[in-house]
Amino acid sequence: MARQSSPISVSFRRTDTMPTPSSSRRRLGRPAKSRAADGVVRSIIRLNGWSAIVILAAIGIFLAYGGMRALSEVGFWTMMSGREWYPTIAEPRFGFVPLLIGSAAVTITALLLSMPVSLAAAVFISEFAGKPLKEVSKSIIEFMAAVPSVVYGLIGIAVVVPWVKETFALDSGLNALTAAIVLAFMIAPTIVSISEDALHAVPNELRQGSLALGNTRWQTTYKVVLPSASSGILAAVMLGMGRAIGETMAVLMLTGNAARIPGSLFESVRTITGTIAAEMGNVVQGGLHQSVLFTLGLVLFALTFFINLVADLVLERQRKRWRR
Amino acid sequence: MVTGSAPTDKGSFTLEDVSVTYGSETAIAGVSMEIAPTAVTALIGPSGCGKSTLLRCLNRMNDELGNARVGGTILLDGIDIYTSDYDPVELRTKVGQVFQKPNPFPMSIYDNVAYGPRTQGIRRRTELDDVVERSLRRSALWGEVKKDLKKHAFELSGGQQQRLCIARALATEPEVVLMDEPASSLDPISTQQIEDTIAELKAHVTIVIVTHNMQQAARISDQTAFMLRESMDHPAFLVEMGETRTMFTNPGDTRTEAYITGRFG
Repeated sequence: MARQSSPISVSFRRTDTMPTPSSSRRRLGRPAKSRAADGVVRSIIRLNGWSAIVILAAIGIFLAYGGMRALSEVGFWTMMSGREWYPTIAEPRFGFVPLLIGSAAVTITALLLSMPVSLAAAVFISEFAGKPLKEVSKSIIEFMAAVPSVVYGLIGIAVVVPWVKETFALDSGLNALTAAIVLAFMIAPTIVSISEDALHAVPNELRQGSLALGNTRWQTTYKVVLPSASSGILAAVMLGMGRAIGETMAVLMLTGNAARIPGSLFESVRTITGTIAAEMGNVVQGGLHQSVLFTLGLVLFALTFFINLVADLVLERQRKRWRR
Repeated sequence: MVTGSAPTDKGSFTLEDVSVTYGSETAIAGVSMEIAPTAVTALIGPSGCGKSTLLRCLNRMNDELGNARVGGTILLDGIDIYTSDYDPVELRTKVGQVFQKPNPFPMSIYDNVAYGPRTQGIRRRTELDDVVERSLRRSALWGEVKKDLKKHAFELSGGQQQRLCIARALATEPEVVLMDEPASSLDPISTQQIEDTIAELKAHVTIVIVTHNMQQAARISDQTAFMLRESMDHPAFLVEMGETRTMFTNPGDTRTEAYITGRFG
């Protein structure tokens, strides 16, 4: 009856706009257009979320499909435990161990070199630098992340290779150490910026509380701020590690690419990524060698996926911690 | 049975013509007052009148803000705390602070309380145990946590966390404890417990408390100082200061009376 334009309905409507308890009911009567738009946006966002998952799964399936021949003819564990990598001889050997060790040697050394400097930089930027200096250092570090990896490779060849060769009196400067040194610079931006975020997220009240108890800034930093940010810093290191394992161009240019188990960091190594990049262009389409490289890609994918997943879980825990 | 070891005649402040400037803006100016030892002094006034700023002058926490400059003289037990050779880090072991929001460190209850003493170089377990127990007793938290000192501080309720922060401040045996609206984020029962704690503490420690709650100031303080900032173009100043009973029953200034009776602010 209120729908008709009778005097009753007019007066009814007028009271309805007044802030009476019943006025809250009007919210239910949202225009259908707005509700429809809301639904469309929701489904677009949902689609985006799912597409990321679908694409990720598709990459995994695609790699596994490409590696099917190798998995059935050579066998997964034969590859994973094989100590020799001779893919092009008459009776080829497809052992991943030298490549896994090559990747591990370069990655872990790069992390050990990069971590102390990167963490110190993050602590400096977050806790001690004045505002102008903070801005400048942050943009420099962001710029470091934007430099293409082939440029890092070139700098490595021009500067680090001769330096390593001379300093350690080696026959060649193309080895695991050289690659690790350059890689250390390349992963520094990741570690610095994510650790800095983690330090920045520590509530200021904690710093104040510590200072007010008669602690210096440095004591406050290492006794309260660093422990509070520890999981975020761990995640930063993990993400740096993920980046180091996946890096291809610079290591291809600097490791020397000898696919054998190295005796020390001064020997030439070959990484998983370097092997795929260097050999993929020369294989027979649909051949066994190509299939083995796909399997190698699958292993790399699983490794980086796992590392990033752990880092994300750790970061999420850190975020929850301060959402009290 | 409270066993404070701070001497009862220590912990008095003398402020002469104190001003604080942030960059080009003068926040407070011309504040002179005497803060009596082993008593509770309440700083009251409307929001933004510089109470917290003045409080932070007393343990030089303004130093940490970078662009704050403090003028005038502040004497702690007759010694100027703003001379260049006076160490603010040392000062803060004598003048503790409890903040508006409970800010326990992300560690166990025990480690929170032992934090200050450890900085001062106390390492012996028995000695630390003593300090922790004494401090928690003084902040009236001991009974609730004595069985579980290893528990993470974040598992405590808000009121318990704030009493933990009081214990943490007491653990360095300060002469003065500054409190910046310590109960403003707490429920009435926790507020009551904090007020009881303050009443016990003042036998041994000087307490300077900033509060927005007039009843609270009237209940717990011996002296009250009323501050006011009449416009943003002018710095805040001290309207008047006196015995709490006098201030609340027979204030000398009409602005004090208007504020206390709730006519503004």
